[in-house]
Amino acid sequence: MPEPGYYGQFGGSFIPEILVATFEELVQAFEQAKADPEFWNTYLKLMGSYSCRPTPLTYAENLTRHFGGARIYIKREDLNHTGAHKANNVMGQGLLVKRMGKGRVIAETGAGQHGVATATMAAKFGFDCTIYMGEIDVQRQRPNVFWMERLGATVIPVTEGTRTLKDAINEAFRDWVSAMDDTHYVLGTACGPHPFPEMVTWFQSIIGLEARRQVLEETGQLPARIYACVGGGSNAMGIFSGFLDDDVELVGVEAGGRGLETGAHAARLASSDASLGVAQGYKTFFLQDDDGQMKETHSVAAGLDYVGVSPILSHLKETGRVRFSAATDTEVVDALSLTIRKEGLIPALESAHGFVQAFKEAPTLSHDDVIIINQSGRGDKDIFTVADAFEDPGWKQFIRDKAKEYDAR
Amino acid sequence: MLAETLRAKQREREILLMTHIVMGYPSFDDSLRVVEAMVEAGVEIMELQIPFSEPIADGPVILHANQRSLQAGSSVERCLAFGEEVAKRFDIPFLLMSYYNILFKYGVDAFAKRMAEAGLVGAIVPDLPPEEADEYLAAMAAHDLAPVFILSPSTTDERMARITRVTKGLVYCVARKGVTGQDTSFSDDLDSYLARCRAATDLPLALGFGVKDRADVDFLRGRADLAVIGTQTIRVVEEQGVEGVKPFIEGLRPPLSA
Repeated sequence: MPEPGYYGQFGGSFIPEILVATFEELVQAFEQAKADPEFWNTYLKLMGSYSCRPTPLTYAENLTRHFGGARIYIKREDLNHTGAHKANNVMGQGLLVKRMGKGRVIAETGAGQHGVATATMAAKFGFDCTIYMGEIDVQRQRPNVFWMERLGATVIPVTEGTRTLKDAINEAFRDWVSAMDDTHYVLGTACGPHPFPEMVTWFQSIIGLEARRQVLEETGQLPARIYACVGGGSNAMGIFSGFLDDDVELVGVEAGGRGLETGAHAARLASSDASLGVAQGYKTFFLQDDDGQMKETHSVAAGLDYVGVSPILSHLKETGRVRFSAATDTEVVDALSLTIRKEGLIPALESAHGFVQAFKEAPTLSHDDVIIINQSGRGDKDIFTVADAFEDPGWKQFIRDKAKEYDAR
Repeated sequence: MLAETLRAKQREREILLMTHIVMGYPSFDDSLRVVEAMVEAGVEIMELQIPFSEPIADGPVILHANQRSLQAGSSVERCLAFGEEVAKRFDIPFLLMSYYNILFKYGVDAFAKRMAEAGLVGAIVPDLPPEEADEYLAAMAAHDLAPVFILSPSTTDERMARITRVTKGLVYCVARKGVTGQDTSFSDDLDSYLARCRAATDLPLALGFGVKDRADVDFLRGRADLAVIGTQTIRVVEEQGVEGVKPFIEGLRPPLSA
């Protein structure tokens, strides 16, 4: 019998003693929810009435013609309320918080998507909400901070460490250690100590369940390949889990940043730079130095800019079930541009990583083949970041003028 | 062995002091002077922390010290060499404290071997619960080192029994919820908690997280065997410099009667 919470040699629960009782309570609540069909029904109903589920599977006819190979389908997680797959996990955990009778939620956020989703859930369910966000991310992602605050959350900038996502996770753990009686930590991805990798994957598996049904209905066949970007790994695990037992090749795409050879990237599984380690409560591949200190990572997409990766994905890499590749910042901006022009779809910079690899491989496949790309989020609401990535001169001028306008008041 | 050493010291002092430093903060020279001052002031045992980039169980003061030490270039090897130096020079037991990744990356058995060679007596690894600790426990046993585990007020009696079975030297009892360095209101709850800890083990009990002055130490007399002074000594060094350490430590207990 494998230990609970282990996926091969990855995962586990490396937590301070003070949190052990809280995790036991969470594991119990999760197991009960999983065993109760009513819980999943309530979840489906909530996602249907509040978050546009099932999200469509869109045939990308123009991109298909452009590449002249496999037929390209896009799973539209961008159409979730708050604009990304993050809503699936957050609303699911919100229902669990209600079951546990707690009244306060906390979360970490990098790009701000998970923070906005959590603040939204807290507003709907009437929970108090505190969001930890690295100081650098607070500066980069002001629009998301604006919405979190409008939604009633307290946003706390984290000033220690690299002042990004991993430091926000540490800070959220510190809060939780002091306040676990009434507080639930809504971890945003399929990482961290057990049961988070399994629990987040369970809520996100709604993507794969829908996609499998939809692709069979629409095309009468299973896809040859599925592409998903990988930060922590939750959207990838979500869509992959619908196809794990099928003859479908699963491809995870990590942040290649400025190129794997530069070291300025966040490719834990697609490069040989990462090594096995234990941090933030779980064992997986981390980008770390020889002493075990975590390194700085880089990506044009803040949501992929993380030192660790889901232990489930590390295991699936080791068993060969999932193949990993990396997309550079430049490739991502090009793929985004092409998708906007050809299909009128605006993937988030994170999601565009999956598109890069799909575009490289589509021409090598036959028109009889179907591939699915998971569009995990929408890019239009990240206009500041996307405009920066495009270095759009008109946008820059607009911001200058706007600043002048504020200064003049 | 460590437990016997501590029990022997308790014949002179009812309550022992265990202090904590982050090695390399603010510098290794200062760390050495702080250790020296602490030993002179009568501290019975010390924890030497190897800084880690993700110290999730530590509060802002120790977190900051971890960050600064790493920024100044502290390596694991340099910390181990420092541990060896103080263990040779001063006649008190020294424990290492760090997060599991530091041991894991070094190689758990190699790390334990190096600790033993350096003359260190044991380790505290706050993110390593006994359930994940098979390799660590084997390595510590092989090199005759004390694995010190932590109890908390939310630890059940059954779990306390399981944890104390694998603990050697002393048991570290966290006084309350939270990270290091916050105020603890010492209360009746603490009495019943410490009574539960006492019932679980014959090992000396060290009470940590929030002990900061003479009144706190006085309160622990007869309740715990060791008072852990962690965050407060870092604050003293930050506010008064290394010179402040000795008077601070000496002020925590009445002077030994001659």
